Amino acid sequence: MDTKEMIKINQLNKSFGDLHVLKGIDMTVYESDVVCLIGASGSGKSTLLRCLNFLEKKDNGDIIIKGKEVDPSTDNLNKIREKVGMVFQHFNLFPHKTVLENIIEAPIMVKGVAKEEAISKAKQLLSKVGLEDKLDVYPNKLSGGQKQRVAIARALAMEPEIMLFDEPTSALDPELVGEVLTTMKELADEGMTMVIVTHEMDFAKEVADWIVYMHDGKIVERGNPEQFFSNPKEERTQEFLKTTILK
Amino acid sequence: MERKEVATLPSFSHFIQTLIETKSVFLKAMLLTIELTVVSILIGIVIGLFFALLKISKIKVLEFISDAYVYLVRGTPLIVQIFILYFGISGIFLLPDFWAASLALALHNGAYISEILRGSIQAVDKGQMEAGRSLGMTKVLTLRRIILPQAFRRALPPLGNQFIIGLKDSSLAAFISMNELFNVATTLGSNNFDEMTYLLIVAIYYLVLVALLTFVVNRFESKLAVSDR
Ligand SMILES: Nc1ncnc2c1ncn2[C@@H]1O[C@H](COP(=O)(O)OP(=O)(O)OP(=O)(O)O)[C@@H](O)[C@H]1O
Ligand SMILES: [Mg+2]
Repeated sequence: MDTKEMIKINQLNKSFGDLHVLKGIDMTVYESDVVCLIGASGSGKSTLLRCLNFLEKKDNGDIIIKGKEVDPSTDNLNKIREKVGMVFQHFNLFPHKTVLENIIEAPIMVKGVAKEEAISKAKQLLSKVGLEDKLDVYPNKLSGGQKQRVAIARALAMEPEIMLFDEPTSALDPELVGEVLTTMKELADEGMTMVIVTHEMDFAKEVADWIVYMHDGKIVERGNPEQFFSNPKEERTQEFLKTTILK
Repeated sequence: MERKEVATLPSFSHFIQTLIETKSVFLKAMLLTIELTVVSILIGIVIGLFFALLKISKIKVLEFISDAYVYLVRGTPLIVQIFILYFGISGIFLLPDFWAASLALALHNGAYISEILRGSIQAVDKGQMEAGRSLGMTKVLTLRRIILPQAFRRALPPLGNQFIIGLKDSSLAAFISMNELFNVATTLGSNNFDEMTYLLIVAIYYLVLVALLTFVVNRFESKLAVSDR
C-alpha cells in the first residue's frame, strides 16, 4: 500500500543537562498508523512524544512532519502544533472554563473560527465522546474518565492530523480506563494517525499497528503486535514482557 | 524635660456629638481616601503585573530589573518614597498633588502586588501552559487566556489583603498635604485642642472602610469560586 509518511525522525538526540535521554531515535509513522510506545519508566517515552510536538527541544536529529523537515528556529511551531494534537496523563483541562469553553478556546483564538461554528463542532465532538450533556459543566465536576474524553475532544477540535497520547489512562481509576480506551479505539478506526504511550498491553495488542519498545533512550524493537508479543526477538523485550502482566 | 501631655479619653456623648457634627467634612475626606486607594491599587496592579511578568520572563536582565524594583520599595519606608516622589518627580513633571500621591502609593503597592502575582502565576500547574501550546496557542495567548485568569483567582485573597494595607497606607499622603481622612483628623484635632476625639473618629471611618472592603472582596471570591477544582 502506498501510504504517506506523517512523522519521520532520524537520529534524534535529546539530553537534560548531563542526562542523555534520547539516544539516536529513528522512527517513521505512516498515515492512519496507530503506534504504541512501551517501555520502562524513565526510558524516554514521554520525552520522545514531547519532541514530536516541540514541547521539548531536540538537541539534534531531524523531525520531518508530513514530508517537511521542521526547523524550530525558523518554522512556526504553533502552526505545526495545530496539526499535532496531544492528550496528557493529567488531562490539563482549563479549570476556569466550562467543558464547552475548553473545546472552543483554541479554534476561536488560534484558527479564528466563528463562535457559532466552533460551538456546533464542539457539540458534535462531545456527543462523539459521549458527553453531550456536560457542555456547561466545569472540569472539577467530571470524573477522570470524563475529563480525559473532554481533553480528547478539545484536541480534536483543532482538526489535527496526528494525535499524541501520553499515558492517557494512567491517572484513571481502573473502572474508568475502558471508556477512554473505547474513545481512542473509535478514533483509530476512523483512520487517525496516533502515537500512544501506554502501559495497557491489551489495548496495544488490539489497536496498535506497530508496537515500539524503548529502553534507556533507544528503540530496542518494533513490530506488529502479533509478532511483538508472541515472538519478541530481542532479549530485552522478552525480559520486559515477562515483567508486564498480560491478561 | 518637657512632659508629654496626656490626652484623656472623650466622654461617649461628646464623641458621638462630634462624630455627627463633623460627618460632612469626614465624608469628603473619606472620598479622597477611597480615590487615592482605588487609583493607587489599580495602577499598582498594572505595575505589579508588569514586574511579575519581567520576573518570570527567564531573561536575566529583566529579572534583575524586577528584583531591583522590589528591593528598593521593600527596603525603604513608604514615607520616604512618598517624599522622594512628591518633591522629586512632581517638581520635574508638574504632577498634581493627587497624582503624585497616587503614583507614590501605586509604586509602593506595585512591588508587593508583583510578588503576589508572581507567586500565583508560578503556582498555576505547568501542564496548563503545555496544554495551551499543544493546541497551537502562542505563549502570550496562553498566558493571557489560560494562566493569568487562574493566577488572578488565586491571588485574590492576598490582593484583598494588600488592598486593605493600601487603604491604611494612604494616610501617609497626609504628609504631602492631601486632605484625606488622617489629615483632616489631625488638623481638626489640633485646631480644637481635642486630638483624641478626632483620632477615635477617624479610626471608626477606617474600620468601616475595611469592613466594606472585606465584604466586597469576599463576595468577589465566592463568586469566582464556582469553578474551583
Ligand atoms: N524536564 C526535564 N528535566 C530533567 N530531566 C528530565 C526532564 N524530563 C524528563 N527527564 C528525565 O528524562 C528521563 C526520561 O524521562 P521520560 O519522562 O521521557 O520517561 P518515560 O519513559 O516517559 O517514563 P514514565 O513511564 O515514568 O513516564 C528520566 O530520567 C527523567 O527523569
Ligand atoms: Mg512518561
